[in-house]
Amino acid sequence: MPPTDDQALTGTIFDQSAILTIKDLSRMCNVEERHIVEFVEEGVLNVVEVRSEWHFTGDALRRARLAVRLERDLELNLAGVALALDLIEELQQLRRELEAKR
Amino acid sequence: MEFKDYYKVMGVARDATEAQIKQAYRKLARKYHPDVSKEKDAEARFKEVGEAYEVLKSPEKRAAYDQLGQHRPGEDFRPPPNWDSGFEFSGSGQGNSAYSDFFDSLFGAQARSGRGRGEFHTGRGEDHHAKVLLDLDASLNGGPRTFTLQMPEIDDQGRLVSKERTLNVQVPKGILAGQQIRLAGQGAHAPGSGTPGDLYIEVEFQPHPLYRADGRDLSLELPVGPWEAALGATVKTPTPSGVVELKVPAGSRAGSKLRLRGRGIPASPPGDLYVVLQIALPAANDEKAKAAYAAFAAAFPFNPRAGLGV
Repeated sequence: MPPTDDQALTGTIFDQSAILTIKDLSRMCNVEERHIVEFVEEGVLNVVEVRSEWHFTGDALRRARLAVRLERDLELNLAGVALALDLIEELQQLRRELEAKR
Repeated sequence: MEFKDYYKVMGVARDATEAQIKQAYRKLARKYHPDVSKEKDAEARFKEVGEAYEVLKSPEKRAAYDQLGQHRPGEDFRPPPNWDSGFEFSGSGQGNSAYSDFFDSLFGAQARSGRGRGEFHTGRGEDHHAKVLLDLDASLNGGPRTFTLQMPEIDDQGRLVSKERTLNVQVPKGILAGQQIRLAGQGAHAPGSGTPGDLYIEVEFQPHPLYRADGRDLSLELPVGPWEAALGATVKTPTPSGVVELKVPAGSRAGSKLRLRGRGIPASPPGDLYVVLQIALPAANDEKAKAAYAAFAAAFPFNPRAGLGV
């Protein structure tokens, strides 16, 4: 039976407009706040400072979780994680362009 | 239960040193990491490698595993009673991936690390994360879609198992690739009466027959006749919000891009639709058409290969 509107769960888009504090991000990634600070210092995560408090977007959650996975699974250091993240994004962009040319 | 030859999985000898095992793991992990790899079965292979490493990197687990002796991989296997007496396992490492029954029967789910380490006692259930491949139309129009997700769950025996879960989700209109849909309260149940965690679904799009998505923008290849490109014309073009009349300027070429502002993915702000022109040539399959091509050739002193120096 095809799904109908009334029984469907309603989701919200979790993106640039979502605002996360360092506490949220630390809980959601299951790492200590100190580690989130290190990600910011290494340029892995972008942060917006609002009244001396750090705000992160929903996109930062995706990046942070990927960073944690790479760090743990590949035993990378912070600089390695930052480099891998940049290269993964570049690779995804190139794959999209390649797909478009097919 | 199938016996797993962890040495074979890692591609190392049974007397490999710790350094050799670590090296083999790093190489295999880079090759099969699901975030990086394009290999088929990358995720399954990565889990297998992670499980093997979890055992072989720990001197206690490795020693316990070694004394089981050699068995053929896949061989039906039951660990002897009290096989592990005298070994103490302390978990540290991978976590969160469902290990095989073989692993669980040897080391138990509590040896699975990652859980426990650095866990926060907020009285709130864990958040779950999943990725889905979505048709672009779901974003263009919004609407319900059914997803089947593999969810890790702790069963009655305290083992981590992968459970299939079917969810019917109202996809928010305008969602973009890489964005997440947050479903409040659909994560793990909290111990006791705490709030359940949330479920985050990261979206990727399947290829669409007409449009290609790049962030919030879409592009569409639109075939036009050579006279339409040369002389200009008003032609019909599909857009996600319906067919529109598009003005093709005189002197357009193959590859010319026309932008339809706000006709891309209906996000906020909405993306644009880029119409990329392609020149379609009619087939010269009757006398009249051949004569038309001949007259066309006679009308121009045109060398299409002038730019190649020939």
